[in-house]
Amino acid sequence: MQRIGVFVCWCGSNIAGTVDVQAVSDALAHEPGVVFSTNYQYMCSQAGQNMIKDAVAEHKLTGIVVCSCSPRMHEATFRKTAAAAGINPYMVEIANIREQCSWVHKDMQTGTEKAIILGKAAVAKVNLNTPLTPGESPVTKRALVIGGGIAGIQTALDIADAGFPVDIVEKKPTIGGKMAQLDKTFPTLDCAACILTPKMVDVAQNDKIRIFSYSEVTDVKGFVGNFDVTIKKHARYVKEDICTGCGACTEKCPMKKVPNEFNLGMDNRSAIYIPFAQAVPKVATIDPNYCNMLKNGKCGVCSKVCAAGAIDYTQKDEFIEEKYGAIVVATGFNPISMDKFDEFAYNQSKDVITSLEFERLTNAAGPTAGKLLRPSDLKHPHTIVFVQCVGSRCDACAEKGKEYCSKICCMYTAKHAMLTRDKYPDTEVYVFYIDVRTPGKNFDEFYRRAVEEYGVHYIKGMVGKVTPEGDKLKVQASDLLANKQLHIDADLVVLAAAIEPDKSARPLATMLTASMDTNDFFTEAHPKLRPVESPTAGVFLSGACQGPKDIPETVSQAGAAASKVIGLLAKDKLTGNPCVASSNELMCNGCSTCERVCPYGAITYENKEFRMPDRTTAIRRIAVVNPAVCQGCGCCTVACPSGAMDLRGFANSQIIAEVDAICK
Amino acid sequence: MHNKNQYLQEELLRTSGVNPKKCMRCGKCSATCPAYDEMEYHPHQFVNMVESGDIEPLLNSKSLYRCLSCFACIDRCPRGVEPAKLVEAVRLAAIRKQGANHLKADDVPAMLDDDIPQQALVSAFRKYAK
Amino acid sequence: MQVKEYKPLIVAFCCNWCSYAGADLAGNNRLNYPADVKIIRVPCSCRVNPMFVLRAFQRGADGVILCGCHPGDCHYTSGNYYTRRRMALLFSMLDYLGIEKERTRVEWVSAAEGAKFAATMNDFAEKVAALGENKRLEDLRCKR
Repeated sequence: MQRIGVFVCWCGSNIAGTVDVQAVSDALAHEPGVVFSTNYQYMCSQAGQNMIKDAVAEHKLTGIVVCSCSPRMHEATFRKTAAAAGINPYMVEIANIREQCSWVHKDMQTGTEKAIILGKAAVAKVNLNTPLTPGESPVTKRALVIGGGIAGIQTALDIADAGFPVDIVEKKPTIGGKMAQLDKTFPTLDCAACILTPKMVDVAQNDKIRIFSYSEVTDVKGFVGNFDVTIKKHARYVKEDICTGCGACTEKCPMKKVPNEFNLGMDNRSAIYIPFAQAVPKVATIDPNYCNMLKNGKCGVCSKVCAAGAIDYTQKDEFIEEKYGAIVVATGFNPISMDKFDEFAYNQSKDVITSLEFERLTNAAGPTAGKLLRPSDLKHPHTIVFVQCVGSRCDACAEKGKEYCSKICCMYTAKHAMLTRDKYPDTEVYVFYIDVRTPGKNFDEFYRRAVEEYGVHYIKGMVGKVTPEGDKLKVQASDLLANKQLHIDADLVVLAAAIEPDKSARPLATMLTASMDTNDFFTEAHPKLRPVESPTAGVFLSGACQGPKDIPETVSQAGAAASKVIGLLAKDKLTGNPCVASSNELMCNGCSTCERVCPYGAITYENKEFRMPDRTTAIRRIAVVNPAVCQGCGCCTVACPSGAMDLRGFANSQIIAEVDAICK
Repeated sequence: MHNKNQYLQEELLRTSGVNPKKCMRCGKCSATCPAYDEMEYHPHQFVNMVESGDIEPLLNSKSLYRCLSCFACIDRCPRGVEPAKLVEAVRLAAIRKQGANHLKADDVPAMLDDDIPQQALVSAFRKYAK
Repeated sequence: MQVKEYKPLIVAFCCNWCSYAGADLAGNNRLNYPADVKIIRVPCSCRVNPMFVLRAFQRGADGVILCGCHPGDCHYTSGNYYTRRRMALLFSMLDYLGIEKERTRVEWVSAAEGAKFAATMNDFAEKVAALGENKRLEDLRCKR
C-alpha cells in the first residue's frame, strides 16, 4: 500500500477564490492510501516545496498528489521536489484544479466538488503508480550523411565544423549531385561550379569527413544514438588511394562510345571515366557494362598506361560496417521521365529537351562547350519555346505526372530565357506558363527583368502539341489572354519537367523506418515546427528528399539538419522518456499487431524459451519494445488483442482507476 | 454572384460528370484542339462559362457542332476535367431545348458528295439529332 | 419528495499535446463550461482503449468525449487516425446497444482552441443533459 501525501495549493486566490481548499484537503485525507493531507498558499514556492520535502520525511510518503495548476505548468517542478526528497519523481501526480476547475467555474460549491473528484482521481492513480527510471543509452559520436549533393555536402561540412566525424555515402563516383550539372544559379546568376566546387574541395580536405563514393547503404539497424549501418562500396576497379586522377586512362581507353550520364547522354565518354574535371574524389571508375577487359578479358589498355598502377580488374564489392549516432537523409531528386508525354514529341525529336539538358547545353563544360546549339544538327536555334509545368500539378495522370508543384521550374525557366536573350539577342524566346510562381527573395524582380529588360515573351497558356516537321518543330499552343490559338515554328523546345524524389529513397525509408508521403518525399516530424527531423528519432532530413526545394532553401535546411545532429551528438548519453510501452511476455502471442501500428518501428520480435507447466520448454515469439525508440503514444496498447501491451505511467489499471474515481 | 442558370448548370454537370472546379486554367485543352479556329467558344471557355453559369451563349453557339469529339482535350488535360464531355452535355441540352435537330434528314441530300463516307453521316446523325 | 437537480456525469479524455493544452487555454481565458465535465489526461487520443469508454458507461457516466489533435497534427504522427477509426466502430456498436450517438463524441481540439474546447463541452453537456441519465449500460452492482 502506498503512503500518499496530498498537497492542495491555493494559488493565492486563483484556486482558493472558487474552491474551498480546506474542504478539499479534508475530503482527500480519507481516501485510501492517503496518510497526510494539507493545503498551502503557494505550493510551487520554495516554502511550499520544503513543506512537501518535510512531509515526505516525517510521514514516510511513497507517493505525492499535488492539487494545483496544470501539470503542463509545474509537473516538472514537483517531480524535482520529489526526487530531492528521495522518492521517485514518477510517483507524483497533479490534479489540475486551476485551469480545469477554479478558473472555469464560478460557483464555490461546484468548484469544490469537482476539485475533490479530480483529487480523488489523482489519488487513485498514484495508488497504482510504480517508480520509473528513464533508460539511458550511449551516443556514437559519428554522423552518416546519405547523399553527396549540395544538401549532403553542406550538412557534412557543418557537422564536421562542430568537431564530429561525418561519413558521406554517395552512389555516384563523385559527390556534387545535381548542382554540379547546373550552369548558372538564380537569382544572382553566379556559376554553379564556382560556388559548389570549393565546397567539394573543403569536403575532400576536411579530416573529419570520409567520402564513400560509388557506394550505397544496404542495411540499417539500431536506433537513435546507436545505428549499425552496412555500406556497400561498389567495385570501381581502380584503387582509390593510388589513382592520381591524371586522366591518361580515359584518353587512351578504346571504348569511347558510352553515353555520358553527366551530360544526360548528349555526348559520349570512355568506359573508364572521371565524371567531370572537378570530381571529388578525383578518381577514375571503370564502367563494367562497357569495359572490354571486364566483359571478355581483352584489352587492358588502361592498366598499361596507368603510371601509378592503380587499375585492379579483380576488385570486388566491399561491405563496410560502421556505427553512427545520427543519420541525415539527403537523397535529392531527379526530373521525371518524359517518355509518356507523347504530345511534346520528346522521344521523336532530339530538339525537344528537358531543362536539365538545356543546363548542360549552356554549360561551358557541357557537350557543346557552352555554345547554345540544338542537338540534332548543331545549328544555332532562333526560336525557342519553353513549356512550364510538364508533369507538375498534374492530378489526372498519376502514371505520367505529379500532383504537386515542382517549385523550382518557374525560376530556372526565367533564368534560361533571360540568359538566352542576353547571349543571343537574335533569338525569340517564348515561355508558356499556367501561373508564374516566384515567391522568394529577389525572385519576382528576376522574372520581371526577364520580361521587361530582356524581352522574353511570356504567354499565359499551355502547349498542346509539338510536331516535328522538317528541321522545325511545329508548336501548337493557346494564348488564353488573347483567346487565340498560336502556331509557332520553333527550333528548340525545352520542357520544364517535374521533379521527383530519387528512386533510392523508398528502400532507404524502409531501412530507416522513416515515413514517406504518397509521392515518396520523406515526412517531417512536424510540418511547421520540426521540419528537418523525421518522425524516427535520430533520422534527419536535408534538401529535396523532403520536398521540392531550390538551392538557398536546400542549404538552409542542410544547416538546420546539421545543427540538430550536433545537438544530438553533443550529448554523452540519451535519457529516454520512461513512460514507454512494455509487453508482458507471458501474455504476448507474437501476432505482430502492435508492430504494425507503431509509427516509430520501436517493436521487434524475438524467440524466447519458456518453461511450460508440464516442465517442457517451448520457444515462443514475443514482442519486445525498444525503450529508446518508443515515444509513449500508447497506440499499441489498444491494438494488442491479448492485452499484453501496457504503457508505463499511463497503465490500463491507472486510467481505469481514474475513470472509476470520477464516476463514483 | 447570383446564378440564374443554376438548374441547367447542375443538369449539365450531372449528365457530363465533369467537375469544372478542378480546372486550373492552363489552357492545354484549347492548345490541343484541332477545331480551335472553327469555334467561337473554345474548350477552356466551355469549362469556365459552365462553371460561372454563363450557359446561354454556349447553347446558341455554332461551336457546339464544330467540336469533333476527338477527345484530345480529355487525353491531355492535366487535371482530368474532360472538356469534351462538357461540350457534349451542352450539345445535348441544346438539342433537347430546341426540340429540333441541328441536322434534319431533308438537308442531307444537299450536303452529299461522292467523298462522304457513310460512317460520317451516321455519326453526324447520332451527334446532332435526337 | 425533493427532486434533486439532474447533473450529467461526463468523462473527457484529452490528449496531452493538443486538447489538454486547449483545455488549459480555456481556463486561462476563463471560458466557462459545466463542472460536470471531468478531464483525464492521456498521452495521445490513441491511448484510449474502448475498454475505458465502456468502463465509464458501466460506472454510470452519462457521456464520454475524446479530444485529440487535428488530423495530420498528431504529436505521434498517426495516433488520431487510429482513434477516429476505433471510435467510429465503438460508437456505432454502443448506438446499437442503446447508448445514443449524442452521448459519445470525438472532437479535434488544438492547443490554440480554448474557445472551441469550452464551446464543445457546453454543447456536449447540453446534449447529454437533454438525454437524461444513462441507464442502459450502467451496472447497478457498481453503485455504492
